[in-house]
Amino acid sequence: MKYIDEYRVPRAAEQYVREIRRITRRSWSIMEICGGQTHAIIKYGIDRLLPKQLRLLHGPGCPVCITAAEHIDQAIELALLPNVIFCSFGDMVRVPGTSSTLLVARAAGADVRVVYSPLESVAIAQQNPRHEVVLFGIGFETTAPAIAMAVQQAQMLNLKNFSLLSVLALVPPAITTLLDDPANTIDGFLAAGHVCTVMGYREYQPIADKYGVPIVVTGFEPLDILQGIHMTVAQLERGAATVENQYSRAVTAEGNLPAQKLIRDVFQTVDRNWRGIGSINQSGLALRPSFGDFDALHRFTLGRSHSQPELRCISGLILQGRNKPHECAVFGAECTPEHPLGATMVSGEGACAAYFRYRQQKIEPGGSIKDITK
Amino acid sequence: MIFAGSNGPGSSQHSPGQQKIMLAHGGGGRLMHQLIDDLFITILVDPEYDAKHDAAICTAGGAKLAFTTDSFVVDPLFFPGGDIGSLAVWGTVNDLAMCGARPLYLSVGFIIEEGFAIEQLQRIVRSMRAAADRAGARIVTGDTKVVEFGKGHGVFINTAGIGRIDHGLEINPARIAPGDVIIVNGDIGRHGIAVMASREGLSFEPPITSDLAPLAAPVMALIEAGVNIHCLRDLTRGGLATALVELAQASGRELCINEREIPVSNGVRAACEILGFDPLYVANEGRFTAFLPPDDLDTALATLRAVDAEPHVIGAVSDAGSPLVTVKTLMGTERVVDMLSGEQLPRIC
Amino acid sequence: MCLAVPGKLTSINAGDPLTRTGTVDFSGIFMTVNLAFAPEAAVEDYVLVHAGIAIGTINKEEAARVMQYLAEISQSATEDDHR
Repeated sequence: MKYIDEYRVPRAAEQYVREIRRITRRSWSIMEICGGQTHAIIKYGIDRLLPKQLRLLHGPGCPVCITAAEHIDQAIELALLPNVIFCSFGDMVRVPGTSSTLLVARAAGADVRVVYSPLESVAIAQQNPRHEVVLFGIGFETTAPAIAMAVQQAQMLNLKNFSLLSVLALVPPAITTLLDDPANTIDGFLAAGHVCTVMGYREYQPIADKYGVPIVVTGFEPLDILQGIHMTVAQLERGAATVENQYSRAVTAEGNLPAQKLIRDVFQTVDRNWRGIGSINQSGLALRPSFGDFDALHRFTLGRSHSQPELRCISGLILQGRNKPHECAVFGAECTPEHPLGATMVSGEGACAAYFRYRQQKIEPGGSIKDITK
Repeated sequence: MIFAGSNGPGSSQHSPGQQKIMLAHGGGGRLMHQLIDDLFITILVDPEYDAKHDAAICTAGGAKLAFTTDSFVVDPLFFPGGDIGSLAVWGTVNDLAMCGARPLYLSVGFIIEEGFAIEQLQRIVRSMRAAADRAGARIVTGDTKVVEFGKGHGVFINTAGIGRIDHGLEINPARIAPGDVIIVNGDIGRHGIAVMASREGLSFEPPITSDLAPLAAPVMALIEAGVNIHCLRDLTRGGLATALVELAQASGRELCINEREIPVSNGVRAACEILGFDPLYVANEGRFTAFLPPDDLDTALATLRAVDAEPHVIGAVSDAGSPLVTVKTLMGTERVVDMLSGEQLPRIC
Repeated sequence: MCLAVPGKLTSINAGDPLTRTGTVDFSGIFMTVNLAFAPEAAVEDYVLVHAGIAIGTINKEEAARVMQYLAEISQSATEDDHR
């Protein structure tokens, strides 16, 4: 496929790896923010190609992982209401809240529908005027415009049976939260390419300046990631800390202005609880009061969730890049993709799930990963 | 215990009596295997037989027979390249073929929902007849039940089949040996994508048709050509990855495949990119993997090409290692291939 | 996070800005995609599609940057070696 295959050429990847090895003099920890990048890194084994001095930390950029259990509990409660058609992306239906998942709710009779686009949920609301249609609005800045558009279309169509449960989250506040932690070991960031396609990257420069970390806006294919790593290491080795754009084919400094406008028109920022991290100021998007009629939390009265943090799970430390999945005592034992205890095992994009899927059987007792590169 | 694992959703808070069957229990992944192992095999199956094989091998009056059954609940009932009728016939024919059996007799059971159009049923039945004729099998008995409107999905079909094994080869995961080459008979994932696309209203140009096909002919051709087949497995739900993981576990061998050698059509690749699927896990209905000694590879490839298959060598059995599947990625690194826990769902992340 | 796939815009259906759609060809798969956030996209352009919505247009000139950058750093490496 054009604009995909070109960025998966093994020979060019080898060359990039050689260049990265050549410029790396000291030890650096680089965090890829985005779960999609984590997935590609593990799937292609990119971390195994890098020199030993480079440690890739897997960041919190997985909307499925960081959606708090109480919001999933709300989703399940809504889905189980009679007369509700609950629309969710496929990613979210297997993710456990406090004690259940949307798939379990579906088995118990809830009408849970997997949609590919938020706009499908608007069509479902039009086709089912006697049902309440609720959209589970998960995601970061990349997905926010699509969710905002669904709400605005519902308003234009004057739909009275459509509402949104918004748990949308914003990436930059999470980055500053990680950097404010005195225990953080992050030397540089690969920023999430598609988030920046929508938002641009101007808001990252103050972060790079304040904390003295290089931030490289990076794409998702192996060559993108390798170039992003090269650019980050090059900055670190020469003592620079600025924002660079590796993913220039899809990202501009100012981003997608019509999409940003619609996000601002429909949403306002609110504090948001991140699974595994806790509450982060002004890191979420909720509907503006003028769209209050479309807010599922206004339309339905829900019980209080009694979510308890799972104490044995170290996903908070993993999301902050302080531990690797296999360093957790319950990884692969009590905690598996079928029975996840925490954020990073619940989604295929989560670091624990990626390690389990691609590495689990190669991880020796005691946590060391047997070298399978032979 | 029915569902392994301890502290997951629905297990710590609820007693097993409250657990419910989910769609993922039928998805061909890890949950389904737990259900089969922990409930069905433990309680139902005669320990003399290997119930996880595609078919049971039985003897009667000196003849060696293969016996199998399968149920079909595909949605939609008609899809590009086939329908539930041809699927029901060839699915069972293929399970017999994977034991090296020549399909002889089939039974058919219909569970029909009240209100289902007779015209559609006629189409399905004609398609079954044509499918049986093409596979050289005879449909000899059947059953019909009608359930109330809303209690079925148009029509569900069960088929069972008996085939005869008239060769001395033992085709079995236990015979998978270090050094064996692993082949597939064509590009993977077209059935899953064709069915999903017609369900989701995606259009393809050129259209993607299911790979649905009877596999008795290519298998019989291999046997007649004298290929010393060690093991066969048809790729169905859960795709190539799941079949290989099952075989790695059953044989205790490490299976190494090469991502670059796995045949995937452009359409299937593109659909997988868009929906966030991995083609290794997408369903097939006319594909199988065969394990052969390397000396027989050339004969096997020529034989399969002669029956219009497009075989590819995708990997080999390692002489060391543990019972798992590893894939050499496009970037030259190696990673483990695992089963999925349920069906793949379109994702945005 | 955020799966977005590039595909070629093959036709644009008229519509008001919020509901303007087009047909996008992903190597033989055709999908109707909302173009409200890609007002500049023209037929033959590649748009980046996320959740059924075009969130941007691929910049053809910049698309070669990954290889250009690699050529530049390899070049400077060779020059270093010769020095």
